[in-house]
Amino acid sequence: MAQGNKIVIRDFSFYYNSFQALMTINLDIQPRQIFTVFGPARSGKTTLLKSLNRLTDLIFGTSHTGTIFLDGMDIYDPKVDVTQLRRRIGMVFDLPTPLPMSIYDNIAYGPKLGGTNRKNRLNETVEKALRSAVLWEEVKDRLHTSALRLSGGQQQRLCIARVLALEPEVLLLDEPCSGLDPISTTSIEETLIQLKKEYTIILVPHNIQQASRVADRAGFFLNGELVEEGSAYQIFTKPREKQTEDYVTGRFG
Amino acid sequence: MAALSTIAVMILILFQILKEGLPVLNLHFFLDSPKEMGREGGIFSTIIGTAALTLVAIIFGAPLGVGTAIFLREYTRESKISHMIRFGTDCLAGVPSIIFGLFGFVFFVIRLNMGWSILSGGLTLAAMILPTVISTAEESIRAIPPSLREVSYSLGGTRWQTVTRVVLPSALPGIFTGILLSVGRSIGETAAIILTAGSSLVMPTSLFSPIRTMSVHFYILAREGISMKMAYGTGAALILLVLMINIMAQWLINRYIRHRT
Repeated sequence: MAQGNKIVIRDFSFYYNSFQALMTINLDIQPRQIFTVFGPARSGKTTLLKSLNRLTDLIFGTSHTGTIFLDGMDIYDPKVDVTQLRRRIGMVFDLPTPLPMSIYDNIAYGPKLGGTNRKNRLNETVEKALRSAVLWEEVKDRLHTSALRLSGGQQQRLCIARVLALEPEVLLLDEPCSGLDPISTTSIEETLIQLKKEYTIILVPHNIQQASRVADRAGFFLNGELVEEGSAYQIFTKPREKQTEDYVTGRFG
Repeated sequence: MAALSTIAVMILILFQILKEGLPVLNLHFFLDSPKEMGREGGIFSTIIGTAALTLVAIIFGAPLGVGTAIFLREYTRESKISHMIRFGTDCLAGVPSIIFGLFGFVFFVIRLNMGWSILSGGLTLAAMILPTVISTAEESIRAIPPSLREVSYSLGGTRWQTVTRVVLPSALPGIFTGILLSVGRSIGETAAIILTAGSSLVMPTSLFSPIRTMSVHFYILAREGISMKMAYGTGAALILLVLMINIMAQWLINRYIRHRT
């Protein structure tokens, strides 16, 4: 195992009942970078992300072989506290998913679950998270109104802020811009570039253009296999594999 | 056409009972205890009886039912156990109320020696409303998008935290509606109550006192030909009570939803 890798995936295969969604994946992810996982639909991207914080545990009839290390710790070790793991690896989903409560309560939800109840502390956390997600200025006067009244782009930044409030180490983002207009998309991409200074980010991009705009490294997935992995510049300009080149140049996908 | 005739029938029934019953209603009718078997006086003790019985039924039935629904939807996958529980509740839903009455009589009244009492009647009613509470609660829990649960888990929530902080608050209006339907059924029940709670007109003093509910009072007044006038009065009061509960519930639900969104 190379030193300094935040996440190390070793011979990881994943099955939904008898369907194999991931084929013996080996992948190292370095800290403070944006790693994009891209490929056509049903190529295993979301499965990979949900395996990283073990949200796949919630789905009935799944199994895996191989394993994943976070800072050298085997996350599938039976001794691992899954709720702790999920606090270290935050996830933002493809559609904005505000909980049906106020903006403030959405952000405070995670910290409160962890037992943080002091008002001052929560207020600070909420403000800091909203500022990091570049949402504070827009909502600071209506923190106690329902989060469902925000626009789509605001809701998605709220979801990012909600994850940041837990001060995770890794951020998983599964097509966070898929439901958004170009302006909201731009503001989320700017947010991500700010965030990578502190976090390890794994992003399933909305499209290749987005991947090339924000990614440091990239991995191309096809039918559950990691076809090719490398620096974003190399992958998007001089891919080694024919399949990657075909996909990147838009010949299929 | 079908909808129209439904409404017509409803209006006809309401009109008939209210026409005969409303003139009987006044403050004394509500606040005086029945005299001479109900021929004179009011219906106060039966109002208290109805309230006490319904309360006991809800106190026992609602937590059990909602708990079962949570267990079925959040804690088990489709399995032998969940199938068995569902089959059981479906059977329970199809059992005629007089059978519940008989069961309550044999089990609570005689076997557990509770006698004809609020407790016996309330527990019998609790068993009777269980299927309604379970199925409405299950339905409203099912309607909550899985993505909300996923969010809660992904933020480090345990199953219990997810259920109590995300699932239940969102399902509350539906659960509440189910409980309300059950209240309606409890208030309207007669046969099972006569068998388990008796039909005493005496003011109850404890959970072990026998009581008479408004529906039972109505039934006995009409059946024994004691006083049709008082029977209609009781009927009108019953209708107003149910109406009031429904309006109150609507108001509560609206307020709750507005508060959250």
